[in-house]
Amino acid sequence: MRRADQLGKLDGLIIPGGESTTMGLVAERWGLVNPLRRWVSQGRPVWGTCAGLILLADRATGQKRDGQPLLGGLNVSVDRNFFGSQRDSFEAELEVAGWDAPSPAVFIRAPAVIETGPDVEVLAEWTDPDGNAVQVAVRQSHILGTAFHPELSGDLRWHRLFLNMVEAGAATQVNRSGP
Amino acid sequence: METMEKNGYINSSNGARTGTYTVKAGLAQMLKGGVIMDVVTPEQARIAEEAGACAVMALERVPADIRKEGGVSRMSDPQVIRAIKEAVTIPVMAKARIGHFVEAQILEALGIDYIDESEVLTPADENNHIDKHNFTVPFVCGCRNLGEALRRIAEGAAMIRTKGEAGTGNVVEAVRHARSVLGEVRRISTMSADERYAYARDIQAPVELVNETATLGRLPVVNFAAGGVATPADAALMMQLGLDGVFVGSGIFKSGAPAKRAHAIVQAVTHFNDAEVLAEVSEDLGEPMVGINLDTLSEPEKMAHRGW
Repeated sequence: MRRADQLGKLDGLIIPGGESTTMGLVAERWGLVNPLRRWVSQGRPVWGTCAGLILLADRATGQKRDGQPLLGGLNVSVDRNFFGSQRDSFEAELEVAGWDAPSPAVFIRAPAVIETGPDVEVLAEWTDPDGNAVQVAVRQSHILGTAFHPELSGDLRWHRLFLNMVEAGAATQVNRSGP
Repeated sequence: METMEKNGYINSSNGARTGTYTVKAGLAQMLKGGVIMDVVTPEQARIAEEAGACAVMALERVPADIRKEGGVSRMSDPQVIRAIKEAVTIPVMAKARIGHFVEAQILEALGIDYIDESEVLTPADENNHIDKHNFTVPFVCGCRNLGEALRRIAEGAAMIRTKGEAGTGNVVEAVRHARSVLGEVRRISTMSADERYAYARDIQAPVELVNETATLGRLPVVNFAAGGVATPADAALMMQLGLDGVFVGSGIFKSGAPAKRAHAIVQAVTHFNDAEVLAEVSEDLGEPMVGINLDTLSEPEKMAHRGW
């Protein structure tokens, strides 16, 4: 997805990992920021991983000096580089609410959710060695946010969860256009 | 408390594993489709960040100046690297000399996000590269062909780039190296298993990595272009040839309008297949870096020969 006119053909949107500053600047340059904001505010399904989570957050700290464009929509505060530099990037097993087996997760210079609004469901937390817990997977109706990269660990349960959200979203769209 | 494991370190209190190969190669995955720019000051790093660079390479001198000034070229002063690190939030890379594992240890201690074991600096060892498995920080290494790429991956490199010919502003060597690597990958993909043993021997690469590359139909790690990229068209050329992203060294800050050119190269890499966008961003960029024709460089002057 590189141009705004491509959005119309989609049922769901994944904003992947990468550099959130780069993604924000490129989106701004090609007039994608407002179409993407509209997408999120219209209740269309969207999943942000890592940098994508930052872009979807209503509030972010630790941004570059002049700030960066956010899409917003997800009622959380994100600390952009919570886990530090690449040396501190890690893999771990995450306990996820309602799942039988833990989820293998890969955190790359990852952000963390440090504050959630009342409408946000926390799916997974992570506790650092000092015993501080932060949120690393959250959902707010049609918006899914993960601080880690399911695209690197290959745990398809995250993909299935999002596909279910997309299916539910498509059903609502049909209902809306119905009689 | 962290204890060393075969593949990285494990934290005893929460089970977090750092420095694993997945984590090292994973950062390179996040840089895909992006531009990494050489910078020598915090101000240049900010310009690169504002232009949309996905990372910066912190240096004391860009390759064009290293070439001009001569002498032994080493790891940058940690003060320069720290200042650049403080100026930006995107990943910061730095260069160590080939085989100089102590420079690499110092860069790791500085909290650098990626180390480039680079032929642009004067090699410290004419037989051996750094054993990159020993580090938590990931490494990127240059190559001219598939054998060189797979040898570096065997040593632990988590990202590969073409060598090209740094500091020349001439893309011809980067194209040569990209065509060589990508062409060889296509060839091994059509070989039978028995042919691959002989091929691995001929290119002096581990047969396991040759087989993995053949199965994947690409290098097992992210593969960037580097060495001579100077214009948005150069950058898009490397992307269309099939590389995952672009390093731009001297090409930006040795040109007439660095901020504008940096911005244009980022857009060109994002929209590398869209000629109309490429035309738009290539307009009015001022003077490109002067550039050197490679037939005027003698063989010893070429940096790409460094590395074994």
